[in-house]
Amino acid sequence: MPLLQYREAIRQALAEELTRDPNVVVMGEEVAQFHGAYKVTEGLLEKFGPKRIVDTPISEAGFIGMGIGASMLGVRPVIELMFWSFYSVAFDQILNNAANVRYMSGGQICCPIVIRGPANGGTNVGATHSHTTENVLAHHPGVKVVVPSTAYDAKGLLKSAIRDNDPVMFLENTMLYGDKGEVPADDYLIPLGKADVKREGTDLTIVSYGRAVIQSLAAANILQQEHNISAEVVDLRSIRPLDMDTVLASVRKTHRVLVVEEQKPFCGVGGQLTYMIQSEAFDELDGPIARLCTIDAPAIYSPPVEIEQLPNPQRILKAAIEALD
Amino acid sequence: MSKKTSATEEGRSDPGTGKPGHAEAPVNAALSASQKVDLYRLMVRIRRFEERSLRAYQAKKIGGFLHLYIGQEAVAVGCCSLMGKDDHVITAYRDHGHAIAVGMELNPLMAELYGKATGCSKGKGGSMHFFDPARNYWGGHGVVGGQVPLGAGLAYGLKYKGLKGACMTFMGDGAVNQGAVHEAYNLAALWDLPVIFVIENNGYSMGTSQARSSAGDLARRAEGYGMAWGTCDGHDLYEVRAFMAPFLEKARAQCKPAVVEIRTYRYRGHSVADPDNTYRAKAEIEEYRRTKDPIQVFQGILLAEKVLDEAAAEKIDAEARAEADVSADFAEASPFPTAADLQKDVYWESDNPSQRKSGGRLFFN
Repeated sequence: MPLLQYREAIRQALAEELTRDPNVVVMGEEVAQFHGAYKVTEGLLEKFGPKRIVDTPISEAGFIGMGIGASMLGVRPVIELMFWSFYSVAFDQILNNAANVRYMSGGQICCPIVIRGPANGGTNVGATHSHTTENVLAHHPGVKVVVPSTAYDAKGLLKSAIRDNDPVMFLENTMLYGDKGEVPADDYLIPLGKADVKREGTDLTIVSYGRAVIQSLAAANILQQEHNISAEVVDLRSIRPLDMDTVLASVRKTHRVLVVEEQKPFCGVGGQLTYMIQSEAFDELDGPIARLCTIDAPAIYSPPVEIEQLPNPQRILKAAIEALD
Repeated sequence: MSKKTSATEEGRSDPGTGKPGHAEAPVNAALSASQKVDLYRLMVRIRRFEERSLRAYQAKKIGGFLHLYIGQEAVAVGCCSLMGKDDHVITAYRDHGHAIAVGMELNPLMAELYGKATGCSKGKGGSMHFFDPARNYWGGHGVVGGQVPLGAGLAYGLKYKGLKGACMTFMGDGAVNQGAVHEAYNLAALWDLPVIFVIENNGYSMGTSQARSSAGDLARRAEGYGMAWGTCDGHDLYEVRAFMAPFLEKARAQCKPAVVEIRTYRYRGHSVADPDNTYRAKAEIEEYRRTKDPIQVFQGILLAEKVLDEAAAEKIDAEARAEADVSADFAEASPFPTAADLQKDVYWESDNPSQRKSGGRLFFN
């Protein structure tokens, strides 16, 4: 099976869907001639031409709102946000218009739009460029939220997202763009709302998503090798819809839970997850649910300290051992 | 080119005649007598619907806000009467007039105001959120200026699909200072989108007059984007149609956008929650009503043209009142949605479970 970078897997998904459906349009800042700020869309302009691959001005409220309007007429825009952090200037378009227009019209309209781009810290770009927005987005009924952790997942999930008739927010990670994984060249789909057990284990369930899954897997290896602890790592892949069945099955197996998220704790995804696990599997738990998040401050610039602010294998390891105490 | 815009501008003292030339504009000369009467009837139906909804609001049948279109009827009817099958409309929260102008029936509109399941949005949208995509009517949007990029997007969709249509994107004069509006202007001009941005200038953004909120001429801002622009008065239906038709034609044929400002006036407050006694003089309203009322103006024109007589005008009015009353009866008799309806119409997938591809939970209770 070919080894592809995460960014190449996303590019392959875009190319396959552009080929399959003439209504798919890729647009965003620097996606065409510049080949994408992170080179995700490299070569697409040359292959599909300027009608399908569209450079936009720096005008997120304008082009995202425009994409939503076009999607109401059946165009299927896949819009790149150079950083998800910039969603704040398009907040009204995404979370009033895309999220609500179906409801407010009594179900007469759907918005088959995908908004994709990186949402992560760890790149020393300071607080304005390091927002993780999945909790804010998923708070709004009407949108779907996907956070892939691997190249394989990114391709299969993005293809599903583009074919979805609801607005899908697709959160990538600049720290993963260069990571390689096995990606079939064929047309495969991963349904949204289907979690994946990335590592089997018996002593502890680590529930995570996005790059925190990769960090959790590294921590799980150390737990196994140095502490003889067998951790199961559940990758949610999709925040909304959310696959609680897979989470609860793992909890019933290990009876201990650590939630790991690259996200500040207050009103975060892990808070909801923790509530649901205790509510639905209280009798299965042998201890309180533990949670490891980004340390609760704006994203720091200072490179060595930012590593400490985010979930990392050492912090996860410590949290896992404490959870088992 | 642009006249100074003022709601207190001296108007004609005789509302019975249109401005010379507009009746002869090709788009108006082509109207049959019955088509003219139909346009008149549409304006009367809007007026009577709005008046009836105000009474229902005062009787506490309607919740939330109610932004009435009374006084502005010639704008929506004039513009929407020019729509071809691939022309589209989107507007802000003062949206009842446009809904009726594109052909929506009164019953589902009044039922929507009453919050009933038979409403055009099943009672989920309310006054500010009327929709009828089957009639190319895309709402009905509550946040000032927020609908304007969507209008550019509808135009983008038309162009992408090779359809020769245009999207009329309405906004109020209070919207022109919102960033999203300017972003949409830029994209429309940059990409030659077939969109006409229609500023319905009723003189006030809520309680703040144009003089206190906007620098310069509103439509002229289009020059900064290299876009065509123009202004006209919105009291004479013929004038609105004569003015709009060339812009629409250029948008359809050449994908050329434009910003137009149509000067109009609202008789009622910003919403019914507006006591309307702090920011304008009653005499100003009376002056407009006396000299520029769009229904009176067009009635005068049609009487002079002898396509309408007093008896026919009275009959139209009586029918419109009766129709509005019937819509209120319909709304009253209709059921409310239930709590079980709350989570319908949120996701396409959950509304179409047999075609659902995703797994997992979409709702969290």
